[in-house]
Amino acid sequence: MRIKVRIWRQDGPAAQGKLVDYDLDDISEDMSFLEMLDVLNEDLNERGVEPVAFDSDCREGICGMCGLVINGRPHGNTGGRDGEANTTTCQLHMRSFADGETITIEPWRADAFPVIRDLVVDRTAFDRIIAAGGFISANTGSAPEAHAVPVEKKRADRAFDVATCIGCGACVAACPNASGMLFVGAKITHLAELPQGQPERWTRVQAMVAEHDADGFGGCTNIGECSAACPKDIPLDVISTLNKDLRRSMLH
Amino acid sequence: MTDTTTYPDTAAPSTGPDSDSGSVSGLVHGVYREGEPLFDSKAPAGPIDKKWNERKFAAKLVNPANRRKLDVIIVGTGLAGGAAAATLGEAGYNVKSFCYQDSPRRAHSIAAQGGINAAKNYKEDGDSVFRLFYDTVKGGDYRSRETNVYRLAEVSANIIDQCVAQGVPFAREYGGLLDNRSFGGVQVSRTFYARGQTGQQLLIGAYQALERQVGAGTVQMFARHEMVELIVVDGRARGIIARDMVTGEIETHMADAVVLASGGYGNVFFLSTNAMGCNVTATWRAYRKGAYFANPCYTQIHPTCIPVHGDKQSKLTLMSESLRNDGRIWVPKRKEDCDKDPRQIPEEDRDYYLERIYPGFGNLVPRDIASRQAKNMCDEGRGVGPEVEGQGRRGVYLDFADAIGRMGEDAVRTKYGNLFDMYQRITGENPYEVPMRIYPAVHYTMGGLWVDYDLQSTIPGLFVAGEANFSDHGANRLGASALMQGLSDGYFVLPNTIRDYLASGPYPKVAPDHPAVVEAQESVRSRIDTFLSCQGTRSVDSFHKELGQIMWEYCGMERTEEGLKYAIEQIRALKAEFWTNVRVLGTNDQLNQSLEKAGRVADFIELGELMCIDALHRRESCGGHFRAESQTEDGEALRHDDDFAYVAAWAFDGDDEAPILHKEDLVYEFIELKQRSYK
Amino acid sequence: MATTTLQKKKPISPMHSTIGLKLMMAVSGLFFVLYVLLHMYGNLKILSGRAAFDEYAHHLRILGEPMLPYGGALWIFRILLLLALVAHVYSAFTLWKGAGEARSHKYAVRSAAAATVSSRWMRWGGVALLAFVVFHLFQFTWLQINVGGEFSSPAARVVAAFGVWWLTLIYVVALIALAMHLRHGVWSACQTLGYTSTARARRTANAAGIVLAVVVAGGFLIPPLGILFGAIK
Repeated sequence: MRIKVRIWRQDGPAAQGKLVDYDLDDISEDMSFLEMLDVLNEDLNERGVEPVAFDSDCREGICGMCGLVINGRPHGNTGGRDGEANTTTCQLHMRSFADGETITIEPWRADAFPVIRDLVVDRTAFDRIIAAGGFISANTGSAPEAHAVPVEKKRADRAFDVATCIGCGACVAACPNASGMLFVGAKITHLAELPQGQPERWTRVQAMVAEHDADGFGGCTNIGECSAACPKDIPLDVISTLNKDLRRSMLH
Repeated sequence: MTDTTTYPDTAAPSTGPDSDSGSVSGLVHGVYREGEPLFDSKAPAGPIDKKWNERKFAAKLVNPANRRKLDVIIVGTGLAGGAAAATLGEAGYNVKSFCYQDSPRRAHSIAAQGGINAAKNYKEDGDSVFRLFYDTVKGGDYRSRETNVYRLAEVSANIIDQCVAQGVPFAREYGGLLDNRSFGGVQVSRTFYARGQTGQQLLIGAYQALERQVGAGTVQMFARHEMVELIVVDGRARGIIARDMVTGEIETHMADAVVLASGGYGNVFFLSTNAMGCNVTATWRAYRKGAYFANPCYTQIHPTCIPVHGDKQSKLTLMSESLRNDGRIWVPKRKEDCDKDPRQIPEEDRDYYLERIYPGFGNLVPRDIASRQAKNMCDEGRGVGPEVEGQGRRGVYLDFADAIGRMGEDAVRTKYGNLFDMYQRITGENPYEVPMRIYPAVHYTMGGLWVDYDLQSTIPGLFVAGEANFSDHGANRLGASALMQGLSDGYFVLPNTIRDYLASGPYPKVAPDHPAVVEAQESVRSRIDTFLSCQGTRSVDSFHKELGQIMWEYCGMERTEEGLKYAIEQIRALKAEFWTNVRVLGTNDQLNQSLEKAGRVADFIELGELMCIDALHRRESCGGHFRAESQTEDGEALRHDDDFAYVAAWAFDGDDEAPILHKEDLVYEFIELKQRSYK
Repeated sequence: MATTTLQKKKPISPMHSTIGLKLMMAVSGLFFVLYVLLHMYGNLKILSGRAAFDEYAHHLRILGEPMLPYGGALWIFRILLLLALVAHVYSAFTLWKGAGEARSHKYAVRSAAAATVSSRWMRWGGVALLAFVVFHLFQFTWLQINVGGEFSSPAARVVAAFGVWWLTLIYVVALIALAMHLRHGVWSACQTLGYTSTARARRTANAAGIVLAVVVAGGFLIPPLGILFGAIK
């Protein structure tokens, strides 16, 4: 198939960027989206043009490293509404596109995720949020026997469901406010559902929310774009749990 | 079984490696020398179940007040590196942690699906530390070190405790207790899991513990930093040179000890189930500075991966082996049928080759046999799926039509629905209607830097953990054991053994202009300059692909003396071309992904040669290493314990010099050696 | 560059966090919901005739007498409304400003996947409602805008005013804006207060938003449309 890609090119963090068009003539629909970019880069290298920088690592949808806004949707997701399962950019294949289509590719846009180059952004703000409190303090060796505390299956299952967050940042990219609350909510809910997470529950939520806000993310207005873009289908429920925990934390 | 690999005429032995160095004495096969034997001096004598406690007691302690004066560098943030950084940070050491990804949470441990073994015996089904130890040694085809494996089994239970305390959401039963399943054909249920994402959950646990220490200030995190050189001063590992991948700055980081937890080297094959960025550079640089590289030829190949769809493919995806329980594997009997719709091929024209060759086990033969036979079918020209340039069709059918007929589509969906969905997303084909296509892919590398019982390499102060070392899996790794080893090394073993070394520190400060430091910096700069100024015609990826093809063809599932010698020659030619004809655009002073890849591929090429040398020297079949010359009449792997019951540890002897082989004899005191059998 | 070493910043207290602001907005918003329901009930009194409507208006002023002075209860309510308005508008503008700063570089191509029309019009719709409220106060509270003539009877004033088609149109548009604001606002308040931690609760909260929007807009629209079309005299 033949396609035209319109890609955000930006030489460095401080440089001005612009959308640049490239034509690709020989794309197989069995290629993954990132393999299409690999082909483009081989071609650019051949022509003496610097390849497009983009992040990817595992290419099996679990590491969270890849992330492009494709035709206005993070990961090119069709969104829950359109009835198709969400996925990561690396799991998107060219058969989802039409022959002759123009595909616009932009980086995650959020001031908390500054562009490093082309389509690569800096997501260390997410690490800072986890460092602020997204953990259970259990030094190595200090753990009690694993069966000492049984966990209700329903709660363990919910903890797992929301712990599947891969930290890709699509929620932020999709949010009209560039808010990271789905990410924060997923971690808060994961740890709040477990008995091991209770001792630090109230300090954790305050610290993580404070760090989230200080990192320059916007506030949540419950629009739901985040969850619709999430490749792991983290539900909006986690933001409700987060809000509730922050409210309750003020009374503790 | 016939060897169907063909060799181009240029492979004539007269121009082979032998003749190049024919005049030099002491060369074996013309490609390596043999050096002094090697011993592990750290494991205490005595009963195996007392060794670890004795070693922990014997290891010197470090006064808590002194710990913050001791710097430890840890390269890699997967299960081993992340866990070690968190634990050493908690202990109060001054830790610097490095990863090439944008966040420590991305390390490829995250992709492990199945589970983690632990000898908890929660099912009361006869499991024990000794049984886990025994299974691991046997699974490793008796090519691992008893002491290390026993310790692994011993601390496995602590790992589960630790992870649960961190909030890792393992699967639970309705009673609220942890669920277990049996995995990889083992008869006890000792595998703990979190749906199909156990690696992710364990890694996030370690990552959170690590970030907690980052917040506490004991660990300094260097993401998007790649280790490009090891600094060795007066025989000790004292630091690394790292490249800041964002600014291109060549940074020098000094420390009292260096830990490499940089993972495996499966990407030497270009296509593997590893992440795109997985590389050998950290351990290879250490090898070049004097650390021994052990058993590089031991690679694990997984039979049920989604096959290559074309020459632009970047990555292979694994599907659970459980598919073989109900699917039937076949290829057409005639080459002419290979491009037909499989549903149009009548039953009598199909070759269910595993059922034909192994009537006893059928489609459930062990991984290596299933993989090798798939290769044989494709080599015969009976592969299916799209034609891959230069390789023909690389795939065989895994057919569920019978299973759907027997169990009904809904039952198949319940059992394998998520795998079928994944397959359909990647291939665009509906496996409920059309047979799946599968092909083997490189999955894990058992070899790695040689370490003693303390996980210390042959360079004092250089420790190696996780997949990066060679220690626990022998010639083959059991399912659900990689996660166990990573966390065992990171949480429990390394923090206890490294203190014995650190207790003698802080080591004298190294001046920034020390010759060893300057030499390391300059070699890094000159390498980068060479890449950027070469201005050749071929991209880095094209070299990587070519290397991968050589490795896959001659050092993959089946290896022969002739093929390996040919491969060594090809790799040497490729190396020469790489350094004169690679094209890397851009500059060093910003994010430059081609430049990053160039350094990695340069090291992969050298590693590829060593892997072939190791495979050539090991004239037996064991675990993941199958030499066509060493098989039983039934085509099964044949070990030669009298000649090869040793660890092959390779020492670097200079760029144009043959590597030196040091043998560590494997002594089995507690387990009796047996030939494996599937009949 | 690119390290994740924790920067020690001045901590933001929970109440001043973005979630704290949202809480402020949710609580004040729910107070408005209560208010519009009462207001709507009063308006519907006109269906019982002009006398009933005027009596209701008078009763509001003598509510609580003699404990409270004439108009006292009304003033307490007005002060609470004013406080709620300040909180609502302050939190809205602070979050709006923050959202703008959080994405200073906009996307070239944007495609919404889940946002409702109501949610996308919250901010500008809110501004429009604020403008309408001011207009409405000038008309019926401060009696500065007189459409259809001046009357001492509130009922007479209402009937005269809504006999004018363009005024009714203004109110229709305002009530559609209010309905949209309520549709997202009610759901959003439930989410912010943490009452929607399950998929089912989420559906319920969304349904509550829609029902309330329809009830309020419909209830408010009955009198003006009834007057315009001559059903209410």
